[in-house]
Amino acid sequence: MRVKSPLEVYRFLPQINCAECGETTCMAFAARLIDRSKKLEDCPPLLKDEFKSKYLELARLLAPEIREIVIGTGEHAKKVGGDDVLYRHQLTFFNPPLLAYDVEDTLDDKALVERVKKIHDFKKFYVGRFLKLNGVAVRAISGDRTKFAAAVKKVAETTPLPIILCSLDPAILRAGVEAVKDRKPLIYAANETNWKEVAALALEFNLPVVLFSENLDTLKSLAVSFAEMGIKEIVLDPGTYPAGKKLRESFQRFLNLRRAGIKEGQKDVALPLMAVPMTAWFVENDPVNASYWETVLASVFIVRYADIMILHSLEPYALLPELHLRDTIYTDPRTPVKVNPGVFEVGAPTKDSPVIVTTNFALTYYTVESDLSSNKVNCYLAAVDTDGIGVEAAVAGGQLTAAKIKDTFSKAGFDFKEKTSHSTLIIPGLAARLQGDAEDATGLKVKVGPPDSGRIPGWLEKNWPPK
Amino acid sequence: MAAKKIKLSELGEMFKGLDVEALEGVKIEGDIEIDLGGAGLSPQVAQALGHETTQIAAHLINIARILGYPADKVLGIGGAPGIPAQAGRPVLRELIPAKFQANRFEDWKSQIQEVTIGATSADGGTRKSTVTLGGERALPFYPDAPMPHRPHITMDVFDMPIGMAKAVKSHYEDIINSPAEWAKKVVRDFGADMVTIHLISTDPNIKNTSARDAAKTVEDVLQAVDVPIVIGGSGNPEKDPEVLEAAAKAAAGERCLLASASLNLDYARIAKAANEFNHVVLSWTQLEINAQKELNRKLMKQCNVKRENIVMDPTTAALGYGLDYAYTNMERIRLAGLTGDQELSFPMSSGTTNAWGAREAWMTSSPIKEDSDWGAREYRGPIWEIVTGLTLALAGNDLFMMMHPGAVAVLREITQTLFGSIESEAIDISGWTARGIKP
Ligand code: SF4
Repeated sequence: MRVKSPLEVYRFLPQINCAECGETTCMAFAARLIDRSKKLEDCPPLLKDEFKSKYLELARLLAPEIREIVIGTGEHAKKVGGDDVLYRHQLTFFNPPLLAYDVEDTLDDKALVERVKKIHDFKKFYVGRFLKLNGVAVRAISGDRTKFAAAVKKVAETTPLPIILCSLDPAILRAGVEAVKDRKPLIYAANETNWKEVAALALEFNLPVVLFSENLDTLKSLAVSFAEMGIKEIVLDPGTYPAGKKLRESFQRFLNLRRAGIKEGQKDVALPLMAVPMTAWFVENDPVNASYWETVLASVFIVRYADIMILHSLEPYALLPELHLRDTIYTDPRTPVKVNPGVFEVGAPTKDSPVIVTTNFALTYYTVESDLSSNKVNCYLAAVDTDGIGVEAAVAGGQLTAAKIKDTFSKAGFDFKEKTSHSTLIIPGLAARLQGDAEDATGLKVKVGPPDSGRIPGWLEKNWPPK
Repeated sequence: MAAKKIKLSELGEMFKGLDVEALEGVKIEGDIEIDLGGAGLSPQVAQALGHETTQIAAHLINIARILGYPADKVLGIGGAPGIPAQAGRPVLRELIPAKFQANRFEDWKSQIQEVTIGATSADGGTRKSTVTLGGERALPFYPDAPMPHRPHITMDVFDMPIGMAKAVKSHYEDIINSPAEWAKKVVRDFGADMVTIHLISTDPNIKNTSARDAAKTVEDVLQAVDVPIVIGGSGNPEKDPEVLEAAAKAAAGERCLLASASLNLDYARIAKAANEFNHVVLSWTQLEINAQKELNRKLMKQCNVKRENIVMDPTTAALGYGLDYAYTNMERIRLAGLTGDQELSFPMSSGTTNAWGAREAWMTSSPIKEDSDWGAREYRGPIWEIVTGLTLALAGNDLFMMMHPGAVAVLREITQTLFGSIESEAIDISGWTARGIKP
């Protein structure tokens, strides 16, 4: 983005403080545009004809350094790119990388559908939502147009997820494109040899396209040429080598491209980047080793600048860390990670239900809460105000104390005599050392629960009701 | 000059055969209105109007460009966010040549302090090898400046049997009662660069063994292996200073890394022991860059610890359990160190073993009913440790305290590959789109 201060943005706004955008003043809205928590379209007056030129100018000034492009259609369409910074603490990263998993066009229908469904269905609950995979890359192993088109069609029928068509043969790509042209697939790839035909295809069907070259001069030359032909939705693949010095060089190409785009505003290459950790499978024969190494490569490029990735392993031990790391790097560091302290009902607690204590660190709270609710445990859950610090660190640092626990219940107006039949409190296993103090402070029976909330249901079976 | 409205119908005529002359005298200014039957020409509209109109619009844009008019700007293509505008233009005959310029993108001003752990007989110790950390002049593995030392791995040894995830325990069952044998095993069989002896039995809440017992254990470990060692307390803030002091004395001259000095215990006593017996201090804070600065400053100014005797542990949180904080905290610390902050320019160490606290690493299956199957847990733990460590390696971490031999091997492989010390045979990646993988 080419503007740094709200003042620069304010100049272009209607300046009528009508509050339709949800902010009280245009200046406040300007600040939200700078931190990218609001969009221009949130200001209705600005969309009127009289402001057209200001709107366009602002759109240009506010455009992210790295171009944002869209793959797929409908609610599963994915934006990629769109970053403005090199380090997440400087703002946040936008548009988590699209993780696409490959499907070979030689699979029989049944195997293909099964694999696509696996990709589509995989989910992992985390902090109040599900982490999911988000794309399918169809690879033309067969070398046969009809076969490729049929596989692509089958994939499209099976999932609404974005599709990437992978072949270096333009005729095969064309067959694939024709099969799913209304789904806005991403074309992979144009290179030094096939670029004319692939460009024609992208132009004819108005589709996003990946350019591949491990030589950055060539890659830039492709990018400049495609831009000249009027193709805007471009992704760059600078090559992902799976091992040795070539891998180091691949990593450094990602760094240099992204830094050129963000630090220097080299617009020609300020484009989303694609990594192909799948190449791990060409150096590792053992499937566990290959899955591991693929996950390792994916991790490297999630941290450093890939916006799209093509992967192969669907083993949960590969998918879980990939999904979590993507979330780790793309989580907005500006959003608070605390929940409000208090005493909350999980399910429908009665007087005989347990009362469980945790901290107000969002991750801890949601983890405990989901462990309880998904196991249909009815109870009261108290979030102690530990400044958003987890149990273990809060006990060590003095943010989780007996007095704070007592405080949480009194502030919430939670009277054990009235609300429970047992006057018993369950504290986390990791806070075991607070047991005595907590009994003294609250006058309640205090039991020490398991160190991990996933074990609470089992623990309750043995220890509840209290004797 | 007043704005001139151009009608679409006129456009068709005007641009037949790219009659550029026709535009002479039409001064195009910022407030030009291109009247397309009432709708402004946005690319979406152009698309909606169909192929022919789009063609004409494309011609207009081209001509405007030829005339030096910033058509992209006014028409909202190019710079505008998220607007696809792939108007059909002819395919070029040749690629436009270009050179990619990899510049000195970032302004690294200062070098990270070099710190050597372990002392050979030449330097008053008994180690056969030493480990040097730090010395970076750019973020790790960046092309901007050579990275003088690769990341190193120190493997955990405990002074009593402890609870471990099954996947870890199976590697240590035979030697779990002997710290010396345990230390030998991690060096001999798992290629550890260093060994960390955790004196956890000294915790009054565990076994409350004496500082003297701890010193003896340290001596045993120093006897058993000839690599540099880390001496870790139990984490009990009352007891640790005493324990680390006794251990430092027993290991005098060996340049061990004393873990840890922190703001919530008597760090001065630990610093004093390090100074007196020639050791390195691990400066440990909890995910807070300012606290890290403060402690480093206190160690240097108050306790006279020399710069070459400080390593930082800014705290490692596991993947999925706060790694976002740990990662960004380390990255910020390293960036500060590289851009001139002398209070943060020290090598960093990570308690990567913390990854095993993540339930994904050790639980048999997901406690959440709606989750997809988590699969076999023996494969989840090591990769959790690897990814946690690798993420921090990319943020600038230099020393990894680890536990699982498989995780150690993979983390070593990837960090040394990025470091540049691993060769591989030639691989052709260009054909990946057509290369089958055996199921
Ligand atoms: S909607 Fe637009 S004009 Fe109204 S207050 Fe917000 S920014 Fe200002």
